[in-house]
Amino acid sequence: MPYEYLEHTADVAIGVRAASLEEMLCDAARGLFSIMVPAEQLSPLRPVEIVLNAGSVETLLVDWLAELLAQKDLRRLFFCRFVVTLEPRGADGLSLHGTAWGEPLDRRRHAVGAEVKGISHAGLRVEHEGCGWVARFVVDV
Amino acid sequence: MSDVMRLQRVSDVEWRLPPSGAMRGAARVYCDEAMAEDLCREAESGGWSALVQLRNVASLPGIVGDALALPDVHPGYGFPIGGVGAFDLRDGVVVVGGVGFDINCGVRMLATPLGVEALGSREALADLLFERVPAGLGSEGAVRLSVREIDDLLRGGARYAVARGYGLAEDLAYIEDGGCLAGADPSAVSERAKQRQFRQVGTLGSGNHYLEVQVVEEVFDAQAARIYGLERGSVVVSIHSGSRALGHQIGQDYLKVMESAGRRYGMSPEEKELACAPVDSDEGRRYLEAVACGGNCAFANRQVLAHLVREALAARFGVPRAAVRTVYDIGHNNAKREWHEVDGERRELLVHRKGATRAFGPGRDEVPEPYRAVGHPILVGGTMGTASYVLRGTPLGMAKAFASGVHGAGRSLSRKKAAKRFWGEDVASSMKAQGIELRAHSLRGIAEEAPGAYKDVERVVSAAERAGINRRVARLRPAIVIKG
Repeated sequence: MPYEYLEHTADVAIGVRAASLEEMLCDAARGLFSIMVPAEQLSPLRPVEIVLNAGSVETLLVDWLAELLAQKDLRRLFFCRFVVTLEPRGADGLSLHGTAWGEPLDRRRHAVGAEVKGISHAGLRVEHEGCGWVARFVVDV
Repeated sequence: MSDVMRLQRVSDVEWRLPPSGAMRGAARVYCDEAMAEDLCREAESGGWSALVQLRNVASLPGIVGDALALPDVHPGYGFPIGGVGAFDLRDGVVVVGGVGFDINCGVRMLATPLGVEALGSREALADLLFERVPAGLGSEGAVRLSVREIDDLLRGGARYAVARGYGLAEDLAYIEDGGCLAGADPSAVSERAKQRQFRQVGTLGSGNHYLEVQVVEEVFDAQAARIYGLERGSVVVSIHSGSRALGHQIGQDYLKVMESAGRRYGMSPEEKELACAPVDSDEGRRYLEAVACGGNCAFANRQVLAHLVREALAARFGVPRAAVRTVYDIGHNNAKREWHEVDGERRELLVHRKGATRAFGPGRDEVPEPYRAVGHPILVGGTMGTASYVLRGTPLGMAKAFASGVHGAGRSLSRKKAAKRFWGEDVASSMKAQGIELRAHSLRGIAEEAPGAYKDVERVVSAAERAGINRRVARLRPAIVIKG
């Protein structure tokens, strides 16, 4: 499993370990949406393009996930497939181009979980470790 | 041993953390001894700690009196849940984490003319409420708003909902602040926040939000219960919901604004979500205008949900809509300007209550006139299988706790552990055996919200009462539980 749910009393914490920052962002998104609907029950029917800039990898992760949550409400789509490309921007910044694919919720087919309301900065960690990236973040349910 | 371990006993249910390091004042915790020990252990573990967060709140500029934690305190985002911080209007700050992301999340209680025996088979009403009240992931409300209408809702709160035909004008007097927070400016709220809310007005949400049909099981304060219209054996309905996606988007938007403003004003809070700006600054004022909008959205949301409950009771039992009376509607994620007496001086302060309610006791002008002799009700959610409480404020609580009340039980098990330990269908059948009808859209959600995953609400309420800051009025037992 590229992501795991960690112990957290009040909400849900997700840990991700990946070979690249791009992969880490995609796995984090899968972990996030699987709280709501198991990814294997969703089909990647409709794409949504996401473009954003961030000054740090921590902000990049939070902004990417928060943007996906906003798109869930705006487009009424639950996402299961993600592709991300990153480019450097300025001294420390990064520019993200991403695509998320998903489909509308169908409660007859999808085993729904709790709705994720937001992404927290509390306990947020994104680090380059060994030859990959690790991240830990908490989502508000 | 860390600094936070120097928790001094004031009484069996009151503990003090004296100022040290960056703290500008003391911190005070109302809880029993076992809870205090748990809090110290949590702080010593070096992990997420409510006491460390409370110390950080006490270190913010312009804090007045002590940073407070109530018996249901647990770690939050920057600011502890069950935490209260009052700030000076000139020198103090407004803190994003002190309001939280589900702005004005709270509880509406409706009193019905029904007695427990009139409920009969609970299944039919449970099915009807489950069908009519949008709840859970992906649910959409019946209210459809245009861009202009959502601005009207953000300005008007429950008043707007009543004007649109949801509920009764009489409800408004029994909602905190009349159901409409002053100073709400929709231009302070992003278009994205408004667009995310278009389909969510009149939806319950998921997680710990609920709609419960409850029976008044025991009355502790006969005078207050009579004044609130709560009789032993009578049926009430409680709705726990908030400002949904709009509140979250406001929090997310302003976290960035306040973080950047805070740097300019020389603030360096310990945690990112303690981002703050002076109350008396453009950014602080703008955030408070947006918070008022979020608060009004939550009031309107609960007003629409109350209307749906009235419709269901009318359809099932023929109960006239006007016979279903709002007992009270109170939020527990807010920052409000209030007058308090501090060291013998009457001062207007900005009081943050994160996972804590307002608890004005007898005599305050803000309390609805019919309740003024005893103070307004504090609505405390327990767990879906145990009990909820109605409390009231006290003169001591107004003097010692900036008139604040507990809001719930607080989790004891993570969702992950709860989902491993409990099985949704078992939880539902165990509740049915106790006479509680549960309807939920998510089996996983039932396991995660199992009563065994929460702390004992009795201990929370008992500690608040023994500390003298809140007083028990009545205990409520669930009969029907609707979850997302």
